[in-house]
Amino acid sequence: MPTQSINPDASGYYGEYGGMFIPEILRTTFDELIAAFNEAKSDPGFWQSYLDVMQNYSCRPTPITHLENFAEVLGGKFEVFCKREDLNHTGAHKANNCMGQGLLVQRMGKKRVIAETGAGQHGVATATMAARMGLECTVYMGAVDVERQRPNVFWMEQLGATVVSVTEGTATLKDAINAAMRDWAESMETTHYVLGTTCGPHPFPEMVSWFQSIIGQESRQQMLKINGKLPDKIYACVGGGSNASGIFLPFLEDKDVELVGVEAGGHGLDSGQHAARFSGGTVGVAQGYKTYFFQDDEGQMMHTHSIAAGLDYIGVSPILSHLHDQKRIRFTAATDDAVISATKLLIRTEGIIPALESGHAFAAVVEEAPDIPDGSQVLINLSGRGDKDIFNIAEAIGDEKWDEFLRAKAQRK
Amino acid sequence: MNLTKYLKNRLAPLSGGTEDSETNRKILLMTHVVVGYPSLEANWKMLEAMGEADVDLVELQMPFSEPSADGPLFVKANQEALRNGIRWKDYFDLMQRASERFDFPLLMMGYFNTAFAMGFENYCANIRKNGGEGFIIPDLPLEEYGDLFELSRQHELDPIMLCTPTNTEERLRKICSHGSGFIYCVARKGVTGKNTKLDKSAEKFLEQCRLYTDLPLALGFGLSQAEDLRQLHGKAEIAIVGSALLKTWEAEGEIGYRKHLMSLAAARE
Repeated sequence: MPTQSINPDASGYYGEYGGMFIPEILRTTFDELIAAFNEAKSDPGFWQSYLDVMQNYSCRPTPITHLENFAEVLGGKFEVFCKREDLNHTGAHKANNCMGQGLLVQRMGKKRVIAETGAGQHGVATATMAARMGLECTVYMGAVDVERQRPNVFWMEQLGATVVSVTEGTATLKDAINAAMRDWAESMETTHYVLGTTCGPHPFPEMVSWFQSIIGQESRQQMLKINGKLPDKIYACVGGGSNASGIFLPFLEDKDVELVGVEAGGHGLDSGQHAARFSGGTVGVAQGYKTYFFQDDEGQMMHTHSIAAGLDYIGVSPILSHLHDQKRIRFTAATDDAVISATKLLIRTEGIIPALESGHAFAAVVEEAPDIPDGSQVLINLSGRGDKDIFNIAEAIGDEKWDEFLRAKAQRK
Repeated sequence: MNLTKYLKNRLAPLSGGTEDSETNRKILLMTHVVVGYPSLEANWKMLEAMGEADVDLVELQMPFSEPSADGPLFVKANQEALRNGIRWKDYFDLMQRASERFDFPLLMMGYFNTAFAMGFENYCANIRKNGGEGFIIPDLPLEEYGDLFELSRQHELDPIMLCTPTNTEERLRKICSHGSGFIYCVARKGVTGKNTKLDKSAEKFLEQCRLYTDLPLALGFGLSQAEDLRQLHGKAEIAIVGSALLKTWEAEGEIGYRKHLMSLAAARE
């Protein structure tokens, strides 16, 4: 059972960030959730049951793959490894959190789950968990994301979930979170909100990062086994921050390991069209917690942009904000163009198709390659697979045969 | 202004009023305006109607991009108001004009981040300067008030606390002990704008709140018709009607709005 390397204070704060800014109607529900989570957290049997489910249902431990060809193209002076979260059941690290919260839901005896989703990976993972555990499931998804990620919507519905397209606000992830909170304010007696990332009110950042820390726990042991030492640098993409927290937190005490979070640079940091909270954000309070938000001078949230729906979010994990201020994690951003090019490179050299979200971490390594010291070992968290992005990647690449196929398919209807 | 005293003076003696009560009202009416929706001009017409109906209390909502405690109609109103370019300056200009023109006290209502971005000191100073008497922040639990309690006292503002039917007794006691002006009792689970059936459970909830405070109790979330107000005579001191009136404005325009408001106002006695 892992002990967390970073814990919130009694009010749910990590340094200055986090907290519980919840409507009073949900107070009792949060108190119950905190109690149930703390009880599960101190029960070694619970973590063991989590490990069992993840091994038997979701292919854990996921392997680490040595990317020799990819490194060769970057000059061959350092080694690159990647943690294969894409091999999880449902194709992304999101499964870790969902199965974990699912076990918690069973402990609490609730019968229904709700979730928000951006890219759709968390929605699919929640719908999958609900199907497996026999729970009713509703997923809230911004209308813009429904548009971008139709294949995931299709699978959620096949898995028995009700997908609600949210048209309010910017019709993206943040609006899906608001919609899920509204549902919960009415349904809390029977329903658990499976929040998909290390954001939101306490205890969600703590809970989600606890389940996701399985990534870093495994990586640590695997890297020691492969190389006899820890990696020099670890890169992970950062939307809400769940895959990054998952791989980073077990390495926090290893001061020689540089941790690099990669945000969505969109059309470039000067364009205003991005989602790099640590470059263009300021501290605020929304969606139940205090962190860096992409907002104007009066506290109104602004539009974010990313080619990757999963990174297109106004806020960021309070844990990561704290570690940003502590300078334990360095943050950078990758543009849409750089991501497409790094994604293509990984596909060609290694036969691995990453999600565009994960492509951000690869893009940062490509960009920083000239400055990475010779002989370094770099670990990248490959948080999810890219099948779901076929429409976006094909469009970005401008593949004519794919366009023809779509036209023919549409005409046949 | 001492808000509690003002409210008690407006109630008939048997309904919680004082010996020198100004009216025969068995319940008071608090109404709501989302500043900038549908427009500042429309807001003024709404306020004029409220003035004519002699509404007892009005909350002015500063729109926010993430109105997570509001239902579909107010979500749309928040969003459209921001699209209309509403900023703090527009908000306080309207508050000032309204406080000079009308007799009813005004309360600031808004989500926490807009207050946080302004800074607590400026927030309180601006409300006071522009004629507001207190504020309601629906996503700010009492643990997170920090020096906002102290600052509101310094600026003679009432922070209005919210009680809900899911709160434990211990929690209700704690919330009420921080209350000032009156207590905002949320009638039911969920968000603003859905109908509330005033059943025994709402009544029981009000009775429970009463155990922990001597302040007037306001009931909100889902009240819409005169009948709802009459049912509350003797049970709560203030009825809050928000979404229902805005819905009438959308469906029937100013004339229908005035009619609806007048029928609510008449149901006070």
